[in-house]
Amino acid sequence: MVYSNAMLEIIDLRTCFPSQDGLVKAVNSVDLQIKDNERLGLIGETGCGKTVLGMSIIRLLPSSARVEGQIIYNGHDLLRLTGEEMRKLRGKEIAMILQNPTTSLNPVLKVGDQIAEVISLHRGLGKKEAKARAVQMLEAVMIPEAERKADQYPHELSGGMKERVMIAMGLASHPSFVIADEPTKGLDARTKTEIVNLIRDMTSGRSMLIITHDLAAAGEICDRIAVMYAGELLEEGPTEMILNDPQHPYTQGFIRSLPRQGLHPISGSSPSLIDPPSGCRFHPRCPYAMDICKKEHPQMVRLDEGHSSRCYLCG
Amino acid sequence: MRLIEVHDLKKHYSSGLINKQYTRAVDGVSFHIKRGETLGLVGESGCGKTTVGRLLLRLIEPTSGSIIFDGMDITRLNREEMRKLRPRMQMIFQDPESSLNPRMRIGESIAEPFRLGLQGKMSRSEMKERVLELVDVVGLNPEHVNRFPHQLSGGQNQRVVLARILAINPEFIVADEPTASLDVSVQAQILRLMMDLKRDFGLTMLFISHDMDVVRHMSDRIAIMEKGRITDILDNSSLCQKAEKSSIPGKLKYASRIPA
Repeated sequence: MVYSNAMLEIIDLRTCFPSQDGLVKAVNSVDLQIKDNERLGLIGETGCGKTVLGMSIIRLLPSSARVEGQIIYNGHDLLRLTGEEMRKLRGKEIAMILQNPTTSLNPVLKVGDQIAEVISLHRGLGKKEAKARAVQMLEAVMIPEAERKADQYPHELSGGMKERVMIAMGLASHPSFVIADEPTKGLDARTKTEIVNLIRDMTSGRSMLIITHDLAAAGEICDRIAVMYAGELLEEGPTEMILNDPQHPYTQGFIRSLPRQGLHPISGSSPSLIDPPSGCRFHPRCPYAMDICKKEHPQMVRLDEGHSSRCYLCG
Repeated sequence: MRLIEVHDLKKHYSSGLINKQYTRAVDGVSFHIKRGETLGLVGESGCGKTTVGRLLLRLIEPTSGSIIFDGMDITRLNREEMRKLRPRMQMIFQDPESSLNPRMRIGESIAEPFRLGLQGKMSRSEMKERVLELVDVVGLNPEHVNRFPHQLSGGQNQRVVLARILAINPEFIVADEPTASLDVSVQAQILRLMMDLKRDFGLTMLFISHDMDVVRHMSDRIAIMEKGRITDILDNSSLCQKAEKSSIPGKLKYASRIPA
């Protein structure tokens, strides 16, 4: 079943990695749809599987990963494409803005050349034209003196500037679907606001998946938010509802732990992905846990239009 | 009573041989911290706040100015005198994993101040007992004692750092973005723990962060830093009350079955 208005549809995605201690189930049976022109925020803490989910879509996981399920893009299942077919899509139609620009950029190439490489590869432009387009991209991401900056190396730029280069590179081939992984990580308050505004403006009218643990950033950019915990989606809905009226106890706890919301911690720590808790994966830390939560695994329950939550207290 | 007093502190870096250029990382900073008080230091990256923290513990040498700790100008102390003073002032760094020795088990790391005799002579069993006490105070389990830093999460490692600092039992702590690398829910746990420890052990603290919301929770007063200078020092008591009272989301509209 393919939804006509879904740009990307993920059906029962399961991604796991064999390890010495057992199978790490990083993504466990995730269903997710991203519509045309929709920006979806994937929220979760370190190690919940959100980056692995993004990497599963663009197929950049190590060869040891086992990926099952379906990822339907434009009528094709990305997981069934050959390596060559995927390579043609990757970077051109589906692009990724990787996290940590410091390590993701090539330290020995000028940033302008790195962006030009994307352009000449996917749009068949000559070297000179590609370079000119790269400078235009740097201007588009509001880098002052773009022409001069294009001839600099990554280490000569500040963290915020490098993040802008990453964004320019991700959008250089006019992809129809963009995945951004933690684009605001490690930036200070003012730079963060600038980058958030830039992403919001540059990606309006595009389909996008933003992976982040920064709820404020997601709130600014995204139309909808999905909350991930221990490899599963726990809640999903329109941004307004998730931020102002969260229904899953984990989402509530997550919001309450923000400094601005009183700094109330969630007790305990994230569970192991090798041997996750029985029943609801959040039950050991949940203040409302009941008997059923320990025994049975809850399903996603639809609450409102487009708002659902995986909790026995809901619905 | 003032534990720390800083007068016109400067740290300039020079670069270039012929065309010498100076970077004024810290450019004439003055403030004080009372005993038992937490002073927050906020500013953007590159404003010099970390440099101030390092100067205060004399991990780097100031270009000029004085730092009075408990009545002594520590900028005049020699190496030996400074070494003796060090246990009274400690630092918590941003990345907990890299501040712990990767080859030491957690228990050994926490016991190191005891082995160095900072708390007087101690038998092996006494040491073990004290380590387990501290492990409990910072919210770790006894089983963690035999693990290595890479086997713990960032939040757990920051707890180890705090336990180790409590073993030294300092009067003054510089905390430099101690939760910058942690998730929000873990950040809340660690900051709550630091507030409790500060209260229970009567610690004096310089809390450095770029996050105003975090600093508001942690500090009695807040110093704002910009381009190497402190532009303002604010009293936080009124700000903090407001933050505590702010509304908490989660009305649990659908959760009628919650046991009372």
